[in-house]
Amino acid sequence: MRTPFSRRVSAHLHRRPRLRLWALLTAPMFWLVVVYLASLAALLVTAFWSTDSFTSEIVRDWNLDNYRLIYESSVYRTIIVRTLAVALGVTAVCTVVAIPFAYYMAKVAGPREQKILVVAALMPLWVSYLIKGFSWRILVGENGVLDNTIGATPGFGTAAVVLTLSYLWLPYMVLPVYAGFERLPDSLLDASGDLGAKPSRTFWSVVLPAIFPSVVAGSIFTFSLSMGDYITVDIVGGSTQMLGNVVFDNQVYDLPFAAAMATVTVAIMVVYLRLVRRTGALENI
Amino acid sequence: MTLTRASAWRCAAVLTGIALVVTACGTSADDEASGSDEAGDPAAAFEPPDLPMLEEIGAGEGELNILSWAGYAEDGTTDPNVDWVSPFEDETGCQVTNKVFNTSDEAVSLMQSGQYDVVSASGDASLRLIAGGDVEPVNTDLVPNYVDIWPFLKDRAWNTVNGVNYGIPHGWGANVLMYNTQEVDPAPASWSVVFEDAEQQDGRVTAYDSPIYIADAAMYLMETEPDLGIENPYALDDDQLAAAVDLLKQQSESVGEYWADYTKEISAFKTGSSTVGTTWQIIANLAKADGAPVDVVLPEEGATGWSDTWMVGAESEHKNCAYLWMDWIASPDVNAQVAEWFGEAPGNSKACDLTADPDHCATFHAGDEEYAEQIWYWTTPIEQCLDGRTDVTCTDYAAWTQAWTEIKG
Repeated sequence: MRTPFSRRVSAHLHRRPRLRLWALLTAPMFWLVVVYLASLAALLVTAFWSTDSFTSEIVRDWNLDNYRLIYESSVYRTIIVRTLAVALGVTAVCTVVAIPFAYYMAKVAGPREQKILVVAALMPLWVSYLIKGFSWRILVGENGVLDNTIGATPGFGTAAVVLTLSYLWLPYMVLPVYAGFERLPDSLLDASGDLGAKPSRTFWSVVLPAIFPSVVAGSIFTFSLSMGDYITVDIVGGSTQMLGNVVFDNQVYDLPFAAAMATVTVAIMVVYLRLVRRTGALENI
Repeated sequence: MTLTRASAWRCAAVLTGIALVVTACGTSADDEASGSDEAGDPAAAFEPPDLPMLEEIGAGEGELNILSWAGYAEDGTTDPNVDWVSPFEDETGCQVTNKVFNTSDEAVSLMQSGQYDVVSASGDASLRLIAGGDVEPVNTDLVPNYVDIWPFLKDRAWNTVNGVNYGIPHGWGANVLMYNTQEVDPAPASWSVVFEDAEQQDGRVTAYDSPIYIADAAMYLMETEPDLGIENPYALDDDQLAAAVDLLKQQSESVGEYWADYTKEISAFKTGSSTVGTTWQIIANLAKADGAPVDVVLPEEGATGWSDTWMVGAESEHKNCAYLWMDWIASPDVNAQVAEWFGEAPGNSKACDLTADPDHCATFHAGDEEYAEQIWYWTTPIEQCLDGRTDVTCTDYAAWTQAWTEIKG
């Protein structure tokens, strides 16, 4: 009887560790180097070019004009600062909402309830981003749901953007914080109480330090996803512009400038990740 | 920004998207051309890439990818009674896939992908497409209905370069002013309701979210600030652009939201979050059908507008179907349907006898050459002043794009 093909392949691979390594790593390396890094490199390079003013074709003369424009023009500085503020605001709202929610899920709810809550937290991810965006348009709009029920609405604008983005990215904060609470032994809370700490003291001195790495992990998602968003702004932002809108508006006509603007996002994320690393939170995840 | 136009032409054919990073540019020198500094007629300012036109038309390829403005290629999904795509498919066997774009910038970008066979390009896109080699010359002999197109739409700066036709005129119309009949009283007669008097509808003014909208402000300034000396809203020197930008910045304080997606404008007028602003006739029709209390007016200062052209993608693989489509859409019957649905003047002179509303052509001044000349059709602003001035450099579309970002703040 002949050996099955799969057996022969595995025997072949077994004798050749180097081939084994290649077979394992080719696909991920292709992804990382060619698809991911090369497109980032293309972005960086394009930012140093300019466009023909009429055909919007790219002209490959190296210059810093795009960056100079971003630096010198007050409107782009305003937009960058606004985008940062929105991203930080979204992260703050998500954190404040996620901590009690995740605490209840992990420490208070029974096993059955816990499962239901996990599903509930994940449920928004099952629905299309656009549907959620337009739902919020109906919620916050003039004569919309909020207006007709509680009689007040932020209206279309930056506040509506923060609210909508917080809703969109909340699951990305809840899940890591929930995992953080899961790892926090109940005995620590008991010990804190036994030693006479009030609940608030227990929260600040025991709970928060323990889940801080999880909050930081979640914030990477909420912050970075908000930094690059432009669709939500378009739907509920009224006349607000964020970094992503500038990139989107220019990518058609002035790709190099759009690339320069997109590089700003990358730079902000690099700074953010470095700050995160400095907190030491990444090692504890 | 340094612009080396001549080298840009040479690269034109190979520069598409990110691919340009790895594509050795300059090796494809078949598009050899040079720029010139002639002012006035924008068509004289550049030499388009030399592309062949179709010599004879064969059987349809069974497939057609259309890139169009909303309402130009209706297959009955918007309104079961509005369908001129299905009969086309039945007759020619070309299965249509339609992609709707919202702004001319979007159209140019999508055409650069080379995935579309025909495009309905407005004047602010058509020349960019021609110059970029994204569309090819059109052999009007292969489009039998071309003979019935109004003569004043043929051989114009936005569809013909150096005597070569690049497309079939579709129709034209004006950007009109839409207002909420309950909130805006009396009915406006001037664009001042969205400019100087915008505060009266604070937070509920809307405007078209594209740099080309700067021309609307410039046109308004032509009437109200004659000292600025604006002759053509698409030919603005630095001072004139600055004046238009100031006016639009002032407007933006009262703008609730800008629209580019026409469905967004409909929903905003329906809920009342927008009450006054620029629109297209078709949007007003759809909003009315949706129950919004709106009406439109062509203000006394005149209007910007569009004159659209169907063009064939240079990289199209379904050119027979593309020509069949252009002939179909230019035929009197279909042209009448499109014109009525979209709310514009048809391009075909025989279409006027076939509209459901016998007064349609009168309402939209079809065939009225004098009226048509008063509309400021969307045109790409370029450095060579379109009004013929040679003593100044005008602001180009790149400057308008930057200005638009600044206006929105």
